[in-house]
Amino acid sequence: MSQLSQKHLLGIKDINRKDIELIFETANNFKEVINRPIKKVPSLRDITIANIFFENSTRTKLSFELAEKRLSADVVNFSSSNSSVKKGETLLDTVNNILAMKVDMVVMRHSSPGAAHFLAKNIKANIVNAGDGTHEHPTQALLDTFSIFQKFGSLEGLKVAIIGDILHSRVALSNIFALQKLGAEVMVCGPNTLLPKFISSLGVKVELDVKKALEWCDVANVLRIQLERQHIKYFPSLREYSLYYGINKKLLDSLNKEITIMHPGPINRGVELNSDVADSDHSLILEQVENGVAIRMAVLYLLAENS
Amino acid sequence: MQKKLILDSNLLNITVNRLCQQLIENHEDFQQTAILGMQPRGIHLAGMIHNKLEEDTGKKIDLGYLDTTFFRDDFRRRGTPMVANATKMPFIIEDRKVILIDDVLYTGRSVRAALDAMIAFGRPSKVELLVLVNRKYTRHLPIEPDYVGIDVNTIDTQKVLVELEISGGSKNKIWLINKDNK
Repeated sequence: MSQLSQKHLLGIKDINRKDIELIFETANNFKEVINRPIKKVPSLRDITIANIFFENSTRTKLSFELAEKRLSADVVNFSSSNSSVKKGETLLDTVNNILAMKVDMVVMRHSSPGAAHFLAKNIKANIVNAGDGTHEHPTQALLDTFSIFQKFGSLEGLKVAIIGDILHSRVALSNIFALQKLGAEVMVCGPNTLLPKFISSLGVKVELDVKKALEWCDVANVLRIQLERQHIKYFPSLREYSLYYGINKKLLDSLNKEITIMHPGPINRGVELNSDVADSDHSLILEQVENGVAIRMAVLYLLAENS
Repeated sequence: MQKKLILDSNLLNITVNRLCQQLIENHEDFQQTAILGMQPRGIHLAGMIHNKLEEDTGKKIDLGYLDTTFFRDDFRRRGTPMVANATKMPFIIEDRKVILIDDVLYTGRSVRAALDAMIAFGRPSKVELLVLVNRKYTRHLPIEPDYVGIDVNTIDTQKVLVELEISGGSKNKIWLINKDNK
């Protein structure tokens, strides 16, 4: 198998284990490329990619843009804050207008779950979902699992706990799918109010006590509290959340084993993660950022071949 | 499918020895030279030649692998997608001589991609090309080898198959195959 089974990357749910392994293999080669003196390859020189961001993003947008430029693609950027969306244009019209300018691929972030699927049904270009509301964020899950894969060599039988605001997290859902497809065991942990009601139907363990979760797992992927999506109060205060669910060195030292700590960023230091953990040797956080560019290069490269 | 043996194990040894002697003539102790095998099939021949040269000269010689997948000019144009392989270049090529090694030279497009891929690591003072089998009259680009194991006259419907023990073949053998008309 040297080709993805899909024309788009809409979610991890739609791709299979072989696809993920092919993306990892290709990303591994791109990781070597981005550590060369000249970090650029000419593969996508005849391709134009539109980055359409209807929601704020720093890391993902930068990472996609770097990945595209290192593949020599032409890049156009669009963010909704200074566009005609404000004047009442629909999503489909906006994107069709961009495509009329001969764009081959679209990388899109949108606040509505399913926005990428909607686009994929209605337009011809390859779509890469860069996050759709609280639904999926496939490239983040790929780079998270790739980082674990690079550290441990395999995910088979590995225990991974996802800790924090699971309810509002697209990273959590994509990670659960990716980890399970690669054979890892998954646990979600957070206050009851921040866990989706039927999450255990996905075949994950559910734990309310963060210490027990840490004792169980090999890798802890800590998520941010997404205050911007919380329209009602889910817990009394950030201070209280931090007291019960914040991870600090003292807590990790009280366990009698080493745990790898991950975080998709941006970190709220002192809330879900303390600086003494985020900057420690057990943290894979900056490794995740580097792998993000390699993974996105691999995804774009493999999808371009499938168009 | 008709198969014709063009190099057997014995002849291949003689050929590789000759190529090594030619390289030693031009590169002396290889301290200003690096050997680069082209992925995926050139690396085995490069390994064989590298071992032989180290044995003959008694010196340590730099050996690397170069993958050309991301530099090819037929991306999105070929029927079957190619999977990338590892590039390994644990030395500097700036201002040094590089010997590119591949098993078969056919259209010359892989070599063009290799030249591009190599430049990403620096500017060598000189680049030479060594191939085991030179398929004549099939070039798409003005590229010719400096060292040739064997010249063969072929047509497009034929294929050269290189079996090397070092890459998992049962014996060192090189075949010329007439593809079936389907």
